[in-house]
Amino acid sequence: MAAISRDDVAHLAKLARIEMNDAELDHLAQEMDVILGAVARVQEVAAADVPPTSHPIPVNNVVREDVVRPSLTPGEALSGAPAQAEDRFKVPQILGEE
Amino acid sequence: MTSIRSSASEMAAALASGETTSVALTEAHYAQIEKVDGDVHAFLYLDKEGALAQAADVDAKRQKGEELSPLAGIPLALKDVLTQKGIPTTCGSKMLEGWRPPYDSTVVTRLKNAGVVILGKTNMDEFAMGSSTENSAYGPTHNPWDLTRIPGGSGGGSAAALAAFEAPLAIGTDTGGSIRQPAAVTGTVGVKPTYGGVSRYGLIAFSSSLDQAGPCARTVLDAALLHEVIAGHDERDSTSINAPVPQVVKAAKKLDVKGMKIGVVKELQGEGFQQGVLEKFHEGLDALVSAGAELVEVSCPTFDYALAAYYLIAPSECSSNLARFDSMRYGIRVGDNGERSAEEVMKMTRHEGFGPEVKRRIILGTYALSSGYYDAYYGSAQKVRTLLMRDFNAAFAQADVLVSPTAPTTAFKIGENVDDPLAMYLNDIATIPVNMAGIGGMSLPCGLADEDGLPVGFQIMSPAMRDDLMYQVGGALEAALLSKWGAPLLDKAPVLAGN
Repeated sequence: MAAISRDDVAHLAKLARIEMNDAELDHLAQEMDVILGAVARVQEVAAADVPPTSHPIPVNNVVREDVVRPSLTPGEALSGAPAQAEDRFKVPQILGEE
Repeated sequence: MTSIRSSASEMAAALASGETTSVALTEAHYAQIEKVDGDVHAFLYLDKEGALAQAADVDAKRQKGEELSPLAGIPLALKDVLTQKGIPTTCGSKMLEGWRPPYDSTVVTRLKNAGVVILGKTNMDEFAMGSSTENSAYGPTHNPWDLTRIPGGSGGGSAAALAAFEAPLAIGTDTGGSIRQPAAVTGTVGVKPTYGGVSRYGLIAFSSSLDQAGPCARTVLDAALLHEVIAGHDERDSTSINAPVPQVVKAAKKLDVKGMKIGVVKELQGEGFQQGVLEKFHEGLDALVSAGAELVEVSCPTFDYALAAYYLIAPSECSSNLARFDSMRYGIRVGDNGERSAEEVMKMTRHEGFGPEVKRRIILGTYALSSGYYDAYYGSAQKVRTLLMRDFNAAFAQADVLVSPTAPTTAFKIGENVDDPLAMYLNDIATIPVNMAGIGGMSLPCGLADEDGLPVGFQIMSPAMRDDLMYQVGGALEAALLSKWGAPLLDKAPVLAGN
């Protein structure tokens, strides 16, 4: 597995929507290298015939009856919002200028 | 006479007999918090008004002769990862500073219904990621046994509150050891129930296939009583097990292990384990043998890969779960000047709101899940998970429960491991396999290490949905050690003078 570069970390940070300055990128690239080197061991025992487990107990879709029941009021749902307007979450512009 | 040093069961008996009231008990605990929490820093928020109102309500009901739950009127410390309506819930993160949830988690609903008095919210590693509580955005918690040392993590606040007699009961959550390792290094009891045994509704998610809330206490019986209050099916959590709760209180009271087979895990006692930890663990084994249990050595070869697999699976799930902190619906928002885009504001907020360990794990998880690396990392880790479950199944075919030291060392110094993530991750080497397989795990104190005089934890693991077995063995071991010591281990902890 190729070593992880500073540019790789910058790309991952972009995907994860976290701004990072140069010092943070340098530091994290070093740490990622060490950590990935250690966790790559899983490949030693992960043979092709071993099925993956995503969940410790077997789960199927769990559904409930489609009936109306009490839930948060708009005021409660918006109570932690950084900004709101007209009973809605107010967010910064999503599409850039034309 | 009951005091703040009594067990929750003793306090409950004193409430039932009329020797004391819940209001008096609650006030006594706030007095202790006021005295020592400046040094310990177990709490992030105290809800004195709400707690005293709940205590008065329980006292009034008792006066009227109403039937009450066994823990009605007993104070409790709640880890700040569980929502409590109207009470600040930060998860130890700046991201949620000032957030007051509009709803109760199911754990909190059940505590309230049982008349338990919630004193306040306890400190933790940010979003439950850590083994020392040093990753809290609000400063570290200090171990009551030695204030220069860590109380474990991520639930260090809950464990320290118990050891400092600030509360007789606490709630923790355990993704890779966050209940059991803090219990081990503070000389207290902590239980991770079978995955799905306690509802995750209102538990702010870190790694959804591993997270599990559970009871923390100073005795095995107290943990069992709390376990029965919070456990049970909840339709609001689709991974909640729809089956009767194992009878853990009855099991904790049996005090009998005659003929039980105790599997000693070969892979969890060698290199990397402190000498004094191994010595006290073996004293615990001797006590079980004297009580009539039979030891069998079991081998779980894949355990050597559990830590590596965990540090792929947990970060992968965390990178997905923590995407919800996008500054749009709750939490802080940074840089919204009316001109920046939502994406720019999101990036600035997540830069500001998350600490270094959380960022490290989000980036690691994003990498492990990314195209081209998915099979090699996340996919392989999921296969290791299958192998771990096979190891456990084979071991449980030979033994009723499995045992090991809970943590490889006693409490280390605050600051000692902060610059070495890999060294920090090793603290969870013995606790992680339990989460990966979804089974039950308990830690209880088994003595003080000779070299440093600090508490050592004894871990008991039970098959899924047989949580009663670990309580049965834990209760018997606790009784055997107590009769040997003549007094609870916490009597040896220094008495905190406060300021």
